[in-house]
Amino acid sequence: MIYWQLFFVYFKIGLFGFGGGYAMLSLIQREAVDNYHWVTSQEFTDIVAVSQMTPGPIAINSATYVGFTAVQNAGYSHTMGIWGSVIATVAVCLPSLFLVLLISVSYAKFRSNRYVAAAFLGLRPATVGLIAAAALMLMNSENFIDYKSILIFIAAFMATWKFKVHPILTILIASLVGLIIY
Amino acid sequence: MYWTLFLTFFKIGAFTIGGGYAMLPLIQREVVGHGWMDEKEFIDLFAVAQSLPGAFAINISIFIGYRLRKIPGAIVSMFGSVLPSFVIILSIALFFTQFTENSWVEKAFKALRPATVALIAVPCLVTAMKLKLKGAVFLIPLISAVLIWLFGVSPVYVILAAALGGILYDLRMNRRLK
Repeated sequence: MIYWQLFFVYFKIGLFGFGGGYAMLSLIQREAVDNYHWVTSQEFTDIVAVSQMTPGPIAINSATYVGFTAVQNAGYSHTMGIWGSVIATVAVCLPSLFLVLLISVSYAKFRSNRYVAAAFLGLRPATVGLIAAAALMLMNSENFIDYKSILIFIAAFMATWKFKVHPILTILIASLVGLIIY
Repeated sequence: MYWTLFLTFFKIGAFTIGGGYAMLPLIQREVVGHGWMDEKEFIDLFAVAQSLPGAFAINISIFIGYRLRKIPGAIVSMFGSVLPSFVIILSIALFFTQFTENSWVEKAFKALRPATVALIAVPCLVTAMKLKLKGAVFLIPLISAVLIWLFGVSPVYVILAAALGGILYDLRMNRRLK
């Protein structure tokens, strides 16, 4: 049952995940946190943080992590959790595989297709909204526990945006700050 | 050949931190370097891979695999690029429960969480500025975000509506021109 749900949800995420990793976050969050309660909002933020430091796309990372955690939290063994991981990861890749195979047959046609180009007139600006929604959904009391959290948010935002500090460096500095102030 | 494909994408998957577009220069160097395709072909593939849903790095690895060795090539390349992050994240998931009980890790994560939200907010702003959203177009991200965030609308519907809206707009503009 849980395997089927994992497969279905991550297949859906793979199929509708337009606009890159950050834009996919709101979709993943809605399903894994709000609808199915496989992970908490806090755990989800932790997965995003870990994804910034480890190789691989966030969609794959979240599928692997959530697949394991969801099965484990449902009371099954480690081994069954690993299967959950495998199923979610394969499910999130399958739509890509089907679509690429479909398009490869006539991909020049796809590129010059008027409707595909037109759809992106709407999709591109919507991507900004999708990313904004992901950030806003994470601005909750689980992630922002006190006034220090707000200061860290502002500092990290300014560092990456204004001073172009690399995200990995921002993360390392934030962790060190956490060790000192908490 | 399959083995080379697998190894190449395994390497790409293992050494590109941050995912997505961070992988691009490495993929380009490997693929063009192996003589699998020329620069122009690669840029074409890149454009198509970008417009498909799903993880960009996975899409492009499947594309290249398919180009070289049809369906088996596509599957081998896909597994190669997925495997490193799968192994790393699964090991973290297996041990994370023990980690979070460690007070040092919890302290670090307390500060990491708001910083991570900032790392999502920045690309949002950067993309918005790059698109130069003006006038009514600015309403699209605004309404999308509010629908998802405040009204609990599924992002799937927002994506479908945005794509449909783009097509309808294009059809109307074309009719006007005629």
